[in-house]
Amino acid sequence: MELAEIVGQAQQAIAEVSSAAALDEVRVEYMGKKGRLTELLKGLGKLDPSERREAGQKINEAKQQVQTAINARKEVLKEAELQAKIDAERIDVSLPGRASAVGGVHPVTQTIRRIETFFGDLGFSVKEGPEVEDDFHNFDALNIPANHPARADHDTFYFTPSTMLRTQTSGVQIRTMETEKPPLRIISPGRVYRNDYDQTHTPMFHQVEGLMVDTDVSFTQLKGILHDFLNHFFEASMEVRFRPSYFPFTEPSAEVDVKGKNGQWLEVLGCGMVHPNVLKAVGIDPEKYTGFAFGMGVERLTMLRYGVNDLRAFFENDLRFLKQFN
Amino acid sequence: MKFSEKWLREWVNPAIDSDALAEQLSMAGLEVDDLLPVADEFSGVVVGEVVECGPHPDADKLQVTKVEAGTGELLDIVCGAPNCRKGLKVAVAVVGAVLPGDFKIKKAKLRGQPSHGMLCSFKELGLIDEHEGIIELPENAPVGTDYREYLGLNDVTVDIDLTPNRGDCLSIRGIAREVGVLNQLPVNEPEIAPVSVSSDTQKAIHLDAASDCPRYLGRVIEGINLDAKSPIWMTERLRRSGIRSIDPVVDVTNYVLLELGHPLHAFDLDTLSGDIHVRHAKQGEKLTLLDEQEVSLDDDVLVIADEDKALAMAGVYGGKASGVTAATQNIFLESAFFAPEAILGKARRFGLHTDASHRYERGVDPALQRQAMERATALLVDICGGKVGPIVEAVNEAELPQRSKVELRAARLAKVLGTSIDAKKVTDILTRLGLTIVEQDATRWVIQAPSYRFDIAIEEDVIEEVARVYGYNTIQAAAPAAQLRMSEHREAQLSRHQLVDAMVMRGYQEAITYSFVDPKHQALLFNDIAALTLPNPISVDMSSMRVSLWPGLLGAVAHNQKRQQSMLAFVETGLRFVPDDSEASGVKQTPVIAGVRYGKAHQEHWSDGDRQVDFYDIKGDVEALLARTGRAAEFRFVADQHDALHPGQTAAVYLGSQKVGVVGAIHPKFEKALGLNGRAYVFELDLTLVSQRHIAQAQAVSKYPAIRRDLAVIVDANIAAGEVLASLENVGVKQLVSLNLFDVYRGEGVPEGRQSLALSVTLQDNERTLEEQDINNIMATLINTLQAEFDATLRDS
Repeated sequence: MELAEIVGQAQQAIAEVSSAAALDEVRVEYMGKKGRLTELLKGLGKLDPSERREAGQKINEAKQQVQTAINARKEVLKEAELQAKIDAERIDVSLPGRASAVGGVHPVTQTIRRIETFFGDLGFSVKEGPEVEDDFHNFDALNIPANHPARADHDTFYFTPSTMLRTQTSGVQIRTMETEKPPLRIISPGRVYRNDYDQTHTPMFHQVEGLMVDTDVSFTQLKGILHDFLNHFFEASMEVRFRPSYFPFTEPSAEVDVKGKNGQWLEVLGCGMVHPNVLKAVGIDPEKYTGFAFGMGVERLTMLRYGVNDLRAFFENDLRFLKQFN
Repeated sequence: MKFSEKWLREWVNPAIDSDALAEQLSMAGLEVDDLLPVADEFSGVVVGEVVECGPHPDADKLQVTKVEAGTGELLDIVCGAPNCRKGLKVAVAVVGAVLPGDFKIKKAKLRGQPSHGMLCSFKELGLIDEHEGIIELPENAPVGTDYREYLGLNDVTVDIDLTPNRGDCLSIRGIAREVGVLNQLPVNEPEIAPVSVSSDTQKAIHLDAASDCPRYLGRVIEGINLDAKSPIWMTERLRRSGIRSIDPVVDVTNYVLLELGHPLHAFDLDTLSGDIHVRHAKQGEKLTLLDEQEVSLDDDVLVIADEDKALAMAGVYGGKASGVTAATQNIFLESAFFAPEAILGKARRFGLHTDASHRYERGVDPALQRQAMERATALLVDICGGKVGPIVEAVNEAELPQRSKVELRAARLAKVLGTSIDAKKVTDILTRLGLTIVEQDATRWVIQAPSYRFDIAIEEDVIEEVARVYGYNTIQAAAPAAQLRMSEHREAQLSRHQLVDAMVMRGYQEAITYSFVDPKHQALLFNDIAALTLPNPISVDMSSMRVSLWPGLLGAVAHNQKRQQSMLAFVETGLRFVPDDSEASGVKQTPVIAGVRYGKAHQEHWSDGDRQVDFYDIKGDVEALLARTGRAAEFRFVADQHDALHPGQTAAVYLGSQKVGVVGAIHPKFEKALGLNGRAYVFELDLTLVSQRHIAQAQAVSKYPAIRRDLAVIVDANIAAGEVLASLENVGVKQLVSLNLFDVYRGEGVPEGRQSLALSVTLQDNERTLEEQDINNIMATLINTLQAEFDATLRDS
C-alpha cells in the first residue's frame, strides 16, 4: 500500500475519534510496536541498501505527519473535554448563598461601648461594682444620710434597711476612691434599679457614671467634656444646656438637656462638681483636689440616637427589634 | 408643687409670658414640669341664677328651670343635677356657647321640655375638681358676667418639681422671692396686720423637747361658724394648686401653707384638757391619726400633747380625736417651728407623706410663725367669725437654728467654676439672694444666709448659688487638662465584649433581661436555691433575683416563639445572685455569660435542608467561646446532672478541677410551664473563669510532612468518646499533632452494646520525616492504650 494512503487512513481515523482513549487506539494501530507504520520501518531491512535511506526517510515523515495529527487532535479533544466539564458545572448563581446566622450586640450595649470608647480615649478606665449594694455606698458616702429627702426620690428596691439594689452607679465612685488616689479618671457603666414602671420608666435601666478628680478640675471642664461627648455621640453639633439641679453628692449640680429634633429639650444626664463631703469621706483633701462627676442614662441616649420610642422595647428582647441594630 | 400663675404675679410680675417665666424658673433650678391652663377652652358661659326650679313632668331625674342669665329673657333649661335648686347661682352655657371638645350649645328639647342652654359642672368646663353636680357660685356672683372673666380663668397652673434642697420655694412667697431675684424686681408681700384680740381665752404651752421644737405659737379662736363657705377666690386658688376645698378651717390652713409655705394645724379646743406640751412620745404610745390609722409611736417621735394624751404627730399628721369636725365651734390653732432633723423620716416610717411633713423635713422659715398665725387668723375670722384669743408663744431662742457665717473665697470660686466672675457681680448676686454680707474684702466675702435658707452652710453652697444666678450657660466650656497616662490593657484579660462578640460571630443576638424574674419559673429550674426576693417588687412575676440568666433568656425565647420566630440564639452577660451567708451583702454576685438556642440549627437552605439545633450545636458554641482563651484543651466537658436540664443531655464544664459552668438541654418536663414550645438548649459559664487568656509562647513549626492514619475501634457503648480521646492525648506521643473523631457507629456489624469510634490521627515529627516503621510503632502504642483502658478492639475494615 502506498505510504500516502496509510497516512491518509490514519488522518481520517484520527479526525473521527472523539475520545482520548480512541485516539490512543489509533496511535497504537499506526505507531505502536506492531503498528502499521512501525511494521513498515521493520520492513526496511528487506530493501536494497540504496533505497533504504530514502524509504526510511519517507516512512519517518509519514510517522511525523501522523504524530502531528494525533497531537492536534489531542489538543482539540482536551479542549472539548474541559468545555464539557465546564458546561456540566454550570450553576444558577442567583440561588441564595449558604448563610451563617448573623447575630448582634444589644443597642444598649452598643451605646455603652461607644461611651467607653469616647472616654477611654481620654484615659478614663472602666470600673464595675456590685448591684446588690449597701446603704453606705449607695447613699451615706454620697452625702445622702438616712432620712435625707433625696432617699425618698429614689424609689429604692430594698432587701433590708441596709441592703438594696443600687439606684445609681455613683457608688462605684466611692469604691474606686476608697482604693485609688487622685488623679482619677473612671467611668462605670451598669445596671441600676428604681421601683417605677410606665411608658418612660423601667424598673431596671443602665447608667454610665463618670468621675474625674485632679488638682484643677473645674465646672468649665465638666461643661467642656460633656459638650464634646454629646457632639461626638450624636455626630452632630448639638444644642445643649446646663440646668441647675440638686444631687447631694455634687455641688454645683446640673442636669444636661439636649434639644431634640422636635425642638423639645430632653434631659440626658446629671452632673456636677464632687461635693467636698464626698471627697472628705474617702480621705481626699477637697482643698487640694476638685472633681467632677456625671451620670448618664444609657437608654435615653440610645433612644435619641436611634429613634426608639418605647423604653420597654429594650428589655422585651424581640428579635425583630434587636436585629435592626445589627 | 402646683400653683396659679396669676397668684404669683400678684406678688411679683415680670414682663415676660408664661412660657418665658417657666423657662426662667427651670434654668434657675426650679424645674417646671408642666404648664396647664386652669380651664379648657370654652366660650359663652355666664353667671346665672336659677329663678324657678321644678320637676320635669316626664322624667324623674330631670328638673325644669328658668334661669336669669342677663340675656334679657328667662331661659328655659332642663337640668339633671341633684344640687340644682331655686336661688342657686350657676354657670350657664347659653345658646351659641362652645364647650371643651367643640361641644356647641343649641336650642333643644329634653323629653318634650324646651332647653335653651346648659347648667355646667366643673367637668363639663374642663376644670379639675372632684365636686359632683353643677357648679355652685357664691350668692354675690354678678348675673350675666362672663364666667371666665368672673373667675379669672385665663390662668395657668404651674407644676414645679422642686429639689429637696429648696424647701424655701415651697410657697408662692418663696417662688416670688426667686422670681424677684432673677428679674431684679421687688416682691410685693401682702401686708399681714395683727388681728385684734377679742377674747382672753388661751392655753399655756410647754416646750418639753426644745431642740426639736424651739418655737410654738398657739391661739384660741372661739365661736366659729363652720357652715360658712370659703370665698371662691380662695377655693379657686386652692383648686388651681391641686387642693380641694373641704371646710373653712382646712381651706385657710392650706391657703397659708401655699401662700407662705408654713404648715398650720387646728385642734378642736373642746377635746383638749389642760396645757399643751410639745414632747417626745413615750415608747409604744398609741395615737389614732386623722386617717383612722392607729400608730404605735417610738420615743424619737415628736408629738403635740395635752395633759393626758398625745394629740398629733408634730409636723406630720393630726390626731383623729382632737381633729376639727363639722360640729367644732372652738379651735386651738398651732403655728410652730419643728427642726428638720426632728421630722426627717418620721412620715415615711408610718407610711405617711403630708404637705406639712414635706415642708418641715426640708425646713420651714423659723421666723415666720407669727406672720402665718396672724394671716390664718385674719382669713378665718373673715369667713367664720369668732372671738380671737391672744397668741401664746413658747420659744427657746437658743435652740432656734442659727445661720452660720460662710466664707466665700474669690480664688475658690474661680477654682471650682474654672472661670472668674467679676467681684461686683458676685456681690450683687449675693445681695439679691438675700444673703447678708457681713464682711468683704478683695479676696473674700463672708455671708450669712436668711432664716428661710436651710441649704447654705458651706462655701460650695454659696458657689452654687452664685453660679446658678450668674447662669450655668454663661459659664464657658473648656477641655479638661490632665497629665497623659496610659491606661492598663492586660492582654491576658478577655473583656466581656470580646466574649459576647465571639458568640455574636456564631449568630447569637445579645439580650438584656431583667435581673428579677418570675419566682415560679425560677423555682422550677432551681428548686434547691432560695433566691433573694424583693419585698416591694413591681409585680410578683418580677420579684425574684435571678440565680441564673436562664429564666430571663428562656422568657425571651418564649416571647419570640409566640411571634413566630423559628430560630433563636441569645447570649447575655450579667450578674447572678445566689444567697450566700459568707458575703457581707448576704448574696454572691457572680458575673456570668449565658446563652440559649432553640429551633433551626441554621437557616433552611435549598441545598442543605433543614435541621433542628441539638446539644452538639450549643456545645460547639461553648467550645468556640472557650477557644478565645487560647486554652481550649484545658477545659473538659463531663456528663453531669442538673435539676433544670435533661438528665441525658447535660455536661459540666471544668477548668482543671474547677467547675466553670454547665451546658445542656432544658428538661422536657419544664417546657410547658416555662411557656416553651420545643426543646431549648442553654449554657452558663462563670465569666471570670473564662476570661483569662493564654499569652502565646511561640513554638517552632515542623518542616517535615504530616501523616494521617485512620483508626476504627470498638468499645462498650457506655464509654464516653471524650474519655477515649483524652486517654490518647495523655499517652504522651509527642508526634501526635491532631486527633479527630469523625464517626460514631452502632448497629449492624458492631456487637450489641458496643460502638465503633472512627478516629483520624495526624502525626508529625519536628526533627525528621516519619518512616513507615515509626508510624506503625506509634499506632501500636495508641491501640494498646485503648485496648488496655477500654477493652477496645480494632474494627475490621
